[in-house]
Amino acid sequence: MLLASGLSVSLGRRPVLSDVAFEAQPGQITAIVGPNGSGKTTLLRMLTGDLAGQGAISLDGDTPATMAPRALAQRRAVLPQATAVGFPFTLREIVRMGHEAGHAAHRPGIVDEAVAEVGLSRKIDGFFHDMSGGEQARGHLARVRAQVWEPMRDGRPSWLFVDEPVAALDIGHQLQVMTLLRRFADAGGGVVAVMHDLNLTAMHADRMVLMDGGRIVAAGRPTEVMTDPLLSSAYRCRLCVNTAPPKGIWLLPQAAALA
Amino acid sequence: MATAAIAAAPATAVTAPRLKVGAVTAGLALILLTTAAASLSLGASGLLPWELFSRDLSPAERAILLDIRLPRLLLGALVGASLAVSGALMQGLFRNPLADPGLVGVGAGAGLGAVVAIVLGGLMPAAIHAATGMYLVPLFAFFGGWATTLILYRVASLRGQTSIATMLLAGIVLGALAGAATGVLVYLADDNQLRDLTFWGLGSLAGANWTKLAAAAPILIAGLALSPLLARGLNAMALGEGVARHLGVPVEGVKRGAILIVAAMTGASVAVSGGIGFVGIVVPHILRLAIGPDHRSLLPTAALFGAALLIAADTVSRLVVSPAELPIGIIMALIGAPVFLWILLARRATMEI
Repeated sequence: MLLASGLSVSLGRRPVLSDVAFEAQPGQITAIVGPNGSGKTTLLRMLTGDLAGQGAISLDGDTPATMAPRALAQRRAVLPQATAVGFPFTLREIVRMGHEAGHAAHRPGIVDEAVAEVGLSRKIDGFFHDMSGGEQARGHLARVRAQVWEPMRDGRPSWLFVDEPVAALDIGHQLQVMTLLRRFADAGGGVVAVMHDLNLTAMHADRMVLMDGGRIVAAGRPTEVMTDPLLSSAYRCRLCVNTAPPKGIWLLPQAAALA
Repeated sequence: MATAAIAAAPATAVTAPRLKVGAVTAGLALILLTTAAASLSLGASGLLPWELFSRDLSPAERAILLDIRLPRLLLGALVGASLAVSGALMQGLFRNPLADPGLVGVGAGAGLGAVVAIVLGGLMPAAIHAATGMYLVPLFAFFGGWATTLILYRVASLRGQTSIATMLLAGIVLGALAGAATGVLVYLADDNQLRDLTFWGLGSLAGANWTKLAAAAPILIAGLALSPLLARGLNAMALGEGVARHLGVPVEGVKRGAILIVAAMTGASVAVSGGIGFVGIVVPHILRLAIGPDHRSLLPTAALFGAALLIAADTVSRLVVSPAELPIGIIMALIGAPVFLWILLARRATMEI
């Protein structure tokens, strides 16, 4: 279980996160949502140790900040919003970097499987920089999947931290990626995702954390967080939540923005 | 399921054009041996290649071979390997194929260190001389190169991202500054020191002897031997420092290691052979095209290729205006500058520099 408390960080004098407490369970997709500038990515970057600030973080009883980099890389993988590749590596080489980071013994089959999972098998030996933006995003997802290939390992859950994993993708690949994350969580792994698409989040997340102004304003099951008043206030526009059987929720933005 | 539907519409597979690492390594080893044999046997003295084996050599010819050509060959091989590997390390560190110790002022910084040692060496306390011995010039060249690399990285990198424009501009400024300081020292130098400086500044292996080789070889060999330890880290750094950290790479250690090794190898190379440019650009670039950018194969092949290239260039430099010599720096610039322009043009088409 991922537990964080007292997370605070400021950029200059402006507080970006103030005293945030956060938890995520293995076996679940925990989605962080909120308007632009609400602190979603900042929270994720603090949870992954990319951003230094105040607060305590524990990952299944260990403190990530004090773990050896190699040991930490075997327990959790992190997918940032965008990753530029500096040299003409092939997709296979990029995904293998992830796999080798997470595994002391190299099993080449995993690299092929991880690439197949995101539907890029025929490009596996092509140049990474020749792929489209959406394909590169899926390529990096294959890389972090290959790093924490086993959702459970030695009786402990593996973790995926992903920042807007579907931002660059069309609707078919959005579903593909969410299905992939779903399967990882169902097999015991933990997923923490920053998400923009509320409908997709409602369909796939087990828990939602709604942020606004550097604070968590609501957390719980999607049905608990996705209510008209909570969303309308956080996103500063009139939003109307509709439900549909069997478990769908969708959201219709209304024309007039709130002041 | 969505996955199946999307995967079911494949066209032909895409494959990056790559040569086999093993074949390239073997080929380079063969080329290195051939150039080494040619370098040993060709020269102004008129000793021909086959005479090495076909007849007994006179004492003078033996001296030419063992005391002039052999140390020069070994020094050329080590310096060439070191310059090529330094280039590859530096490019990995800056995530850009245009970073080269010679271009971004590290060579000039190392040169300044070497000139300080040559010109002001006599003023230094005897204790320093006693402690450093023949390593005084390489040591100062190392400190010069190290300081320049540190400043360069501080200026050009912000939060793990490197601005290439900033890096190149900062390199030009640092190079100019080191060059100016070097100029001041040249004014202060006496006649003997001036002769040393002139020979050295042209970039040449002409002064090679066993003493110089003994001074530089341990540093260069140590750098070459240690650099493969950085290969995995540099591969991950190609995705940015943040991602490299998440891939379990001790990023600060890799950066510090790369900077130290580059400074040591550039310093020692500059100290014994002056500023020889472009080896560090040309060799890694061609190898990346041939076998890909994986540093685990790039670093060893760059060592072989760099050694062969410098030996070949040195042999040419001894032959074209025989019995005089063309400084090898000129030959490398003639080969290297067009290649650099070619990289610029190719990259301009595909990505931002």
